[in-house]
Amino acid sequence: MSGDIIGIWIGAILTLGIFSFLYKDNPFYKFSEALFVGISAGYWFVVTFWQYFVPKFWDNLSLSFHELVANGRIDYHWIYLVGGFFGVLMLLRLVPKIGWLSRWSLAFIVGTTAGLQFTRYLESNGIRQVVGTIKPLVVGGNLGTSIGNIIIVVGTFTGLIYFFFSKEHKGAFGGAARVGVWFLMINFGAMFGYTVMSRMSLLIGRMDYLFSDWLKLIK
Amino acid sequence: MAFYEKLMTMDRRVVYITMALAVAIPLFVPFQVPIHTTSEVKSVYDFIESLKPGDRLLIAIDYDPNAMAELHPMALTICRQCFAKGIKLFFVTLSQNGPGMAEQLVSRLSKEFNKKNGVDYIYLGYKPYPGLVILSMGQNFRISFPMDYYGTPVDSMPIMQGIRNYDDMKAVIAFEAGWVADSWIGDANGRYKLPVALGLTGVMTADYYPYIQSKQIIGLMGGLKGAAEYETLAKAKDRIASRGMKVQTITHIVVILFIIVGNIGFFMSRRKKL
Repeated sequence: MSGDIIGIWIGAILTLGIFSFLYKDNPFYKFSEALFVGISAGYWFVVTFWQYFVPKFWDNLSLSFHELVANGRIDYHWIYLVGGFFGVLMLLRLVPKIGWLSRWSLAFIVGTTAGLQFTRYLESNGIRQVVGTIKPLVVGGNLGTSIGNIIIVVGTFTGLIYFFFSKEHKGAFGGAARVGVWFLMINFGAMFGYTVMSRMSLLIGRMDYLFSDWLKLIK
Repeated sequence: MAFYEKLMTMDRRVVYITMALAVAIPLFVPFQVPIHTTSEVKSVYDFIESLKPGDRLLIAIDYDPNAMAELHPMALTICRQCFAKGIKLFFVTLSQNGPGMAEQLVSRLSKEFNKKNGVDYIYLGYKPYPGLVILSMGQNFRISFPMDYYGTPVDSMPIMQGIRNYDDMKAVIAFEAGWVADSWIGDANGRYKLPVALGLTGVMTADYYPYIQSKQIIGLMGGLKGAAEYETLAKAKDRIASRGMKVQTITHIVVILFIIVGNIGFFMSRRKKL
């Protein structure tokens, strides 16, 4: 029996194990779930260790150490010690008495991420989206584009009105908010439809695997 | 017990069995459903068709096995189209379980098209923290990827000669099952002006339409339907997604019927209470 066939059998049995939850919770399902979570975590750890820790931290510092010993020079790779220091601080969460030191690392991560994300979101989700919404309502000779532009402008404007809570939703303002709700509902409907399609795709993928790869009933 | 009460108390396992049958039976019945192509998928196809042999594309395989059913067919079709046109591909993966997906794709297609690693394509591998990796590649690919996935220094490969950063790529075609898509749009396109095309899971698709009208992405392929549309445009021989769409059609009809039946039961029981 080749490795591929063994792999297909394991895949098929574990797929059935996960599906068995649909009947009711059972040890077969628990085993399959725990195996999936465990393998994912283990795989992620190994990949991160070899793809990041070793080449970025260990290899660079080894080079710097050799440079120091051989030529007495201190090169810029020693900067990776700062990262290593913050990494060690993170692990101190395991020591309750000095666990608070891990907040320094977290503060560094949160601060850096916030700084990087702020400009990114402002540009891509703020300014570019506002610019994309400023459109001519009437495009000469192109009825479809005109209707599309009107829908974008009205949908954005009324959607924003719905989320403006400093004024009571009454009269014309309330009417616009109700139109906004319709746009939101259509959006949620589209998202739900896509989600159903996505989940069905996963089921189809698994069924296809069971019937064609495992049982060879479909060519 | 009245009919509508039975509807309201139906065992959920009846629904599961019905759905399982709705998926399994169409797999064995040979029939096709028409696939209509949309402009957002066609724009991706047209963009790739407009490229010349020797042009370079970055391919991001940012999905795990759980999104394979939706994203693998579209990745296969697009990479086949690129290899057939003589486009040089630079594979990268920023999803933790993505290396296996990319490896499978690369090894299969390189054999199929007789393409050489380091000459016609390069598989740079995986690095964690996608946002930072995307930013670093904008400066120089070597910052995050001094070696390829197999441990060969990238500078020793012919394909990397003269390649520095996104300026040397025509675009990135990113297959996404998570928030990394935001980084490709915000960082690669926003900061470095690299054109971005997306292949997305169905769950994510609706969220990314606004980026089309703001011209931040070339186009997008949403879920299995997007993949089937691309297969139709590319006249793919191995139509995995299109085969899935006939099953999708049947399952959607079943879901709609369940919604109608559930609503009938709900409204009849409410009327009875009044």
